[in-house]
Amino acid sequence: MRYARAAALAVLLFICVSCLFAELFAPAGYATQYRDSPDLAPSHRFILGTDELGRDRFSRLLYGGRVSLILAPTASVISVLLAALIGGVSGYVGGWLEKSAMTLTDLFLSLPWLFLLIAVRAVMPLNTSAEVSMLITFSILGILGWAATARVLASAARDLRRSDFVLQAEAAGMRGWRLFVIQVLPNMKPILLAQFWVSIPIFIIAEANLGLLGLGVNEPMPSLGGLLRELENFSALSVEPWRFAPLILLVVVVSAFQIVLPEKENA
Amino acid sequence: MKRTSFILLFILALQALASAELRFVIHGEPRTFTPYLVGDENSETVRYLTGGVLIRMNRQTQQLEPGLATSWKVAKMGTAITFTLRSGLKFSDGTPFTADDVVYTFQQMMAPTVHSSIADAFRSGPGQVIAKAGSPTSVTITFPAPISGVERIFDQVAIMSAKSPLKEKAVLGPFVVAEYKPGDHITFNANPNYWKKDEKGNKLPYLQTVRLDIQSNRDIELLRFQKGEIQLINGLDTENFDRLQKIMPQAVKDVGPSLDAEEFWFNEVQRSPIPAYKITWFRSVNFRRAVAHGINRDDIARLVFGGHAQAAAGSVSPANKFWFNAKLKPYAYDLKTSMNFLKKDGFHRDGNSLKDKDGHAVEFSIIVPAGNKAREREAALIQQDLAQLGMKVNIVPLDFPSLIERITQSFNYEGCILGLQNFDPDPNDQMNVWLSSSENHQWDPSQKTPATFWEAEMDKLMRQQATTQDNNKRKVAYDRVQQIVWDQAPFIYLVNKDALVAIAPNVHDANPAVLRPQTYWNIDRMTMTGR
Repeated sequence: MRYARAAALAVLLFICVSCLFAELFAPAGYATQYRDSPDLAPSHRFILGTDELGRDRFSRLLYGGRVSLILAPTASVISVLLAALIGGVSGYVGGWLEKSAMTLTDLFLSLPWLFLLIAVRAVMPLNTSAEVSMLITFSILGILGWAATARVLASAARDLRRSDFVLQAEAAGMRGWRLFVIQVLPNMKPILLAQFWVSIPIFIIAEANLGLLGLGVNEPMPSLGGLLRELENFSALSVEPWRFAPLILLVVVVSAFQIVLPEKENA
Repeated sequence: MKRTSFILLFILALQALASAELRFVIHGEPRTFTPYLVGDENSETVRYLTGGVLIRMNRQTQQLEPGLATSWKVAKMGTAITFTLRSGLKFSDGTPFTADDVVYTFQQMMAPTVHSSIADAFRSGPGQVIAKAGSPTSVTITFPAPISGVERIFDQVAIMSAKSPLKEKAVLGPFVVAEYKPGDHITFNANPNYWKKDEKGNKLPYLQTVRLDIQSNRDIELLRFQKGEIQLINGLDTENFDRLQKIMPQAVKDVGPSLDAEEFWFNEVQRSPIPAYKITWFRSVNFRRAVAHGINRDDIARLVFGGHAQAAAGSVSPANKFWFNAKLKPYAYDLKTSMNFLKKDGFHRDGNSLKDKDGHAVEFSIIVPAGNKAREREAALIQQDLAQLGMKVNIVPLDFPSLIERITQSFNYEGCILGLQNFDPDPNDQMNVWLSSSENHQWDPSQKTPATFWEAEMDKLMRQQATTQDNNKRKVAYDRVQQIVWDQAPFIYLVNKDALVAIAPNVHDANPAVLRPQTYWNIDRMTMTGR
């Protein structure tokens, strides 16, 4: 398993470096349309061919990967912070605050998030550039994705509140926020980290879902979800298997995160 | 001996032709089997296969042909029409067909409690639509006010039996429903009493059974066609058409430009919650013309529709043989002309950006229905085309209900790409688009009084053509409407998509047309051999 983790980490690093430095590796811009070369098969010039508008698929894959790989962790940070604030604090304080917070969490968990995302996207300002729309999409994912993590953190905070060392600290006169920040929060760090890592692939997949519905990142900016839409026409797939490239990248990235995760969880 | 064998072979061949079952797919459940309540495409298919109509439009020639009526006469300036009916006809259950059935059909359809879109087409003003039988073979229908081109509407009025205990199940069309399994299929048998015969006096339809499979997934439809499980596909998309062409080149057919047009428009509603300076741009004809000239329609036709589309000149497609204004040509892709129009309004380049006379950078959004790949691609091409003029375009895919809410209620949008679907070639079909008071006058709907001189002129011309019986006079008026739309560019037309269909090689005498139903409009004359 150690070797598998190392291999997964290496793959993840390779993909991250390739995507984060897309400008260096991509032969063309993600929006450049070679209108005289639409729908081409892979060639020396276009490694993964071109899409219907003559855009280089390989370049779009790198840029799309970058969008997901930068913004999914960002969404994850947002959701974990919110979860820590809502779940962690309420679990630690307990009483009516915990009950209210858990009711809110249950409400959020029972919401059909996909429809909620669609509704939130529908009221977004219209004149947002592709870059801003990309930020908004992932921020929404982060803001809406805190509930499950909050439950885990509330439960952890509740256990910590009843733990011996917290009782000891209380007996020594430590109270309130000081007790939370010095005694409880450091002990929640492994759970926060694990939740952060667990959430990244979830947000990558969530964006892919939105992208498949055409509601992800706006054109011409690519994202893994947007690129997956080329798989919609499955009768084309047997003759153009290179269309699977974004799916393969998605599966590899998500799997790599899953394999890498236990090591972090144990940290 | 030889002679006997030949006869036997001939009989076998005839049986093979007759016994074959034609199958194709409808993409959802029919909402109704009652002909006058039909409002969706799936129910329309059932009505087309089973309904007998007084007048039928030949989808190929776009001319009206006698159906259950041998002749008709429009009288009193379009307020009445008298039909002479065929005698000796019977419904599928053997009940005789008379003028009383036409009267009964109209009574049912025009009942105030019934909401029928076909009935609405006959309600030309306050008052009642009255059907009166003069004799068993003569019936007169009177309308409250003149309806131009009223004959065409009868193509959709399937006559029901007044006396049959089977009610609407007794039909006069080529087929009769034999079995309906919700969610799965509908089977039709040939109507034994169908009135039509071929030139040699043989009974029609040739096909003995037709099966409609209910299947919403178009990819599965395509795979089933390749396997030979279904024989017809209407309205193929470009990607599937091209793919099928590689595998079964003899099965696909590009019938030419359809009646449908892809269009782009700006929000010109003055009360809309967008900045006032943007509304000023959008209401300027120079700005709209600049955008119209800045879009490369040939690239849209080539890249988005794989060459199966033509640059559009206006709302009426060249496929509409009579009503198309042939003088109009699509806006040429010409950035110089675009800039000239923009300069007239004080727009100027500032580096890569275009600015208006007050220094506002030209940036606007285009909303498109999320998930509609073709329209998203059109927007992506327009985005890059207009970037060359210094305009920044943001593409906003929205789920369809949100998009409709924005263009019809909140008016919180700037530009929109949608398609205009035309089912009927007659100009009256577009009344709800061109009248300034209409809700579907998309760029500035529901106006109390026309906001511009040219909209006032369009209102006048559309009303004029709607109350004139002489089609040539109507055409003059409608040509002028098309010219105004071209000049003012409230809609910037992009392309007319081609009608793409697939017909299995074992189906004979199919004669696909651009008008719906494209592949099976002459189903009573189609034949089929084994797979």
